[in-house]
Amino acid sequence: MPVLAAPAAAWRRVDRLGVLIALVACLGAALPFALFRANRIVPGEGLAIASALPSPEAALLGLAVLAFLAAAALRVPPAVKLAAGAGLLALACVLVGRSAGFLTPPGNGFARVAPGSGFWTLGFAALLLAADALVRLRLPPLARVTVLALALALLGLLLWSGAWDGLSLLKEYGTRAERFWAEGRRHVALAFGSVAAACLVGLPLGLLCHRIKPLRAGLLSVLNILQTVPSIALFGLLIGPLAWVAANVPGARALGISGIGAAPAFVALVGYSLLPIVSNTVVGLAGVSRSVVEAARGMGMRRGQRLFRVELPLAAPVILTGIRIVLVQNIGIATVAALIGGGGFGVFVFQGVGQTAMDLVLLGAAPTVLLAFAAAVLLDAAVEALSGSNFREAAR
Amino acid sequence: MIRVETLSKRYGEAPPVVDDLSMEVAAGEICAVVGTSGSGKTTLLRMINRLVEPSAGRVLIAGEDTRNLRGHELRRRIGYVIQGHGLFPHWSVADNIGTVPRLLRWKRAAIDARVDELLALFGMEPATYRDRRPAELSGGQQQRVGVARALAARPDVLLMDEPFGALDPVIRGRAQDELAAVQARLGTTVVLVTHDMEEAVRLGHRIAVMDAGRLLQCATPAEMMARPATPFVEALVGGAERPFRLLSLDRVEAAVEPGEADGPPIDAGANLREALSACLWSGRDALPVERNGQRIGRVTLAALRRRAAPEAGTPAP
Ligand SMILES: Nc1ncnc2c1ncn2[C@@H]1O[C@H](COP(=O)(O)OP(=O)(O)O)[C@@H](O)[C@H]1O
Ligand SMILES: [Mg+2]
Repeated sequence: MPVLAAPAAAWRRVDRLGVLIALVACLGAALPFALFRANRIVPGEGLAIASALPSPEAALLGLAVLAFLAAAALRVPPAVKLAAGAGLLALACVLVGRSAGFLTPPGNGFARVAPGSGFWTLGFAALLLAADALVRLRLPPLARVTVLALALALLGLLLWSGAWDGLSLLKEYGTRAERFWAEGRRHVALAFGSVAAACLVGLPLGLLCHRIKPLRAGLLSVLNILQTVPSIALFGLLIGPLAWVAANVPGARALGISGIGAAPAFVALVGYSLLPIVSNTVVGLAGVSRSVVEAARGMGMRRGQRLFRVELPLAAPVILTGIRIVLVQNIGIATVAALIGGGGFGVFVFQGVGQTAMDLVLLGAAPTVLLAFAAAVLLDAAVEALSGSNFREAAR
Repeated sequence: MIRVETLSKRYGEAPPVVDDLSMEVAAGEICAVVGTSGSGKTTLLRMINRLVEPSAGRVLIAGEDTRNLRGHELRRRIGYVIQGHGLFPHWSVADNIGTVPRLLRWKRAAIDARVDELLALFGMEPATYRDRRPAELSGGQQQRVGVARALAARPDVLLMDEPFGALDPVIRGRAQDELAAVQARLGTTVVLVTHDMEEAVRLGHRIAVMDAGRLLQCATPAEMMARPATPFVEALVGGAERPFRLLSLDRVEAAVEPGEADGPPIDAGANLREALSACLWSGRDALPVERNGQRIGRVTLAALRRRAAPEAGTPAP
C-alpha cells in the first residue's frame, strides 16, 4: 500500500531531537536579532533579522536558517549536521557584527548595539546541533581536541578581524582591555592554582586513605561537609581566620595573605576541590585489580615502584576524572571570589549587575564559560585517552 | 634446591594456617602441592618467596636462608605465577615479560632479546604479539605470557599458584604439556600448587599432599598411589580412578615384551592408559608396539593388568 507507506517512510526520515532543535531555531529567527540602545544602560529596542541587517545579508541569513532547519530535522549524516550547525553559528556571528555597523548612526559614540535574544537562540540551536553531531561522530580524543582548537582559532580570528568591534560587548572590553586581561590572569591563577594545590594535598591524602582503611570514612565525611558549605559562606568564613593570620603570623602579610582578597578565595577553592580529588584517588586505587597488585609484589617491585608503575597509572583515569570535575567547578566558583576582593572575571559580572549593564556581565561570564568548556573538553579527552590504553580489558 | 624447615604461619589466635611443615624439593624437579581449598597451599607457597613472612621455621634456597636477602630482592630471583595471570593491563606483552629484567636493570637490548626468546619458546610469534596488550590475547596466551614473565630473569626456582585454574579443559591440557616441556628443557625447579589431583599426577615428579596446614605425604605419584600414608591421601589419589592414574604414569616402552600382535600398532611413547584404552576398544588382548615406525614388540592386556594393581609385595588396601 504505497499511499500509506509514503508518509511512514517520510516520518522515518525525521530526526526527533533535530526537530526540536529546528523549532528552537525557528523561534530564534522570529525573535529580535539585534538590540539597539541609545546609551549603555537604557532598555533597548529589539530588531528582527529583516530590520537589523541590510537586505542582502538578511536574505542570506534567512536562507542559511532554512538550510539549517532541513539539516536538523531530517536524518542526514552527522557530518552534514555538523556543517549546518557550525555554518549557521559562524554566519550569525559575522552578521551580528555587521548589524552593529548598520544600526549605529555615524558619529554616535553613545549608541550601543548588542546581540538580541534571537541571535542567542539561533546560536544556541546551532551549537546544540553541532555538539550532537560531534557526539554522534564519536571522534577519538585527539580529534576532539583538534576541533576545540579550531573553534577557538576561529573565535580568535573573529575578534582579531574587528568584525565585532561595533558591538557593545567589545566596546565594554575596549574601555577596560588592560583590566580584562589582568582579571583573566587572576581568574586562571585562582582556578588552576587552587586545583594544583588541591592535587598536591589531595593525592597524598587519597593515598593515605587507601593504605589506612580506618582513616578513610572519617576524612571523607569531613571533606563532604566542607563540600556542602555554600561558596559565598565559605569565602566569608575564611575572612576572619585569615585576617588573624595576616595580623599575627610574621611574614604572612608579605606572602599576600589577608582577610579579604585572593587568599581566602584561594583557600576556599582548595577546600572545595579536596573531596572529589581525595575520593576519586581512593576509588581509583581501590579499583586496581588485586591480582595485578599481588603480581607486582611477587615480581619484586618495591612499594614505590608498585605505586608509580602499576597502581597510579591504572587509577589515573578515575583520578583525572576527579580533577576534571574540580577544575570545571573552580573555574565557575572563582567568579564569586570577586565579592571578597579576590578578583577574576567575577569583577565584571558584579560590576555589571550593579550598573544593570548586561554587556559588562557578559564580558565576565562569556570567557568564564568558554574557559570551563575548554577545560572540560581537554580533560575528557585526556581521561578517554588514558582509559583507552588502560582498560581495554574491562571492555571485553 | 628448596628446603622448608619446620615452617609455620598463624594469624592471631586461630589454628595455624601452615603447621610445622618440613619438606624438600630437589633441583630440576616439579613438586605438586595438592590439597583441598583452605588447606594452606597458597600460604606455604607465599612463604617461600616471603610474600608472607613465616611465624616460625625457615626456608633455604640452594642452601641459603631466604631471610638473608631483602624481600623484594629475593622475589626478583624467584619466578612467580598466580591464578588469573595478573598481567599488567596497561603494559604491552613485551613490557610485561620484561618486568623483572627491568627491575634488575638489564640492558635494553638484552631485555628485548630475552622477550623474543621467551615468546618463541611459548610458540607465540614475537613480531605479532610483542606489542599487544594483555586484553588482546586469548586466555591461553595470557597464561603463557604470565609464565614467560615469571621465567624472564632465568630464575632457578618457579612458584606457581593454580596457574591453569582459569583455563578450559582443552587449553589446560595443552598448557600443562607445554609447561612440562619447558621445565624439562630449562631444568627449573618448580613448586606448583593445585587442587586438581589429575594435574598433580600429570606434572609432578613428586606430590605433596596438605590438609589443614599439615603435610600428610610427599612422594612420587606411583609411591603415593601404591602406599598412601593416610586415609585422606588415599581418598585423594584413590577412588575408581586409581588404576588408570597409575597406568598413565608409565610409557608403553616400559611394558613392551617380545612377540607378535595383530591390528594397528601403538607408539612406544604413548602412556599405558592409552594402551589399555586401545585394547578394550578394539577387543584385542595385545597391541603391536612401534618406535619411529619400527616394530619393537608388543604390549599385552595381562601386563597392563599387572601394572594397574598395587606393586607385588604391597598389601592390598
Ligand atoms: N592474611 C590472612 N589473615 C587471616 N587468615 C588468612 C590470611 N591468609 C590466609 N588465611 C587463612 O588461611 C587459610 C589457608 O589459606 P590458603 O593458604 O590460601 O589456602 P589454599 O591456598 O590451600 O586454598 C584459609 O582458611 C584462610 O582463611
Ligand atoms: Mg590458594
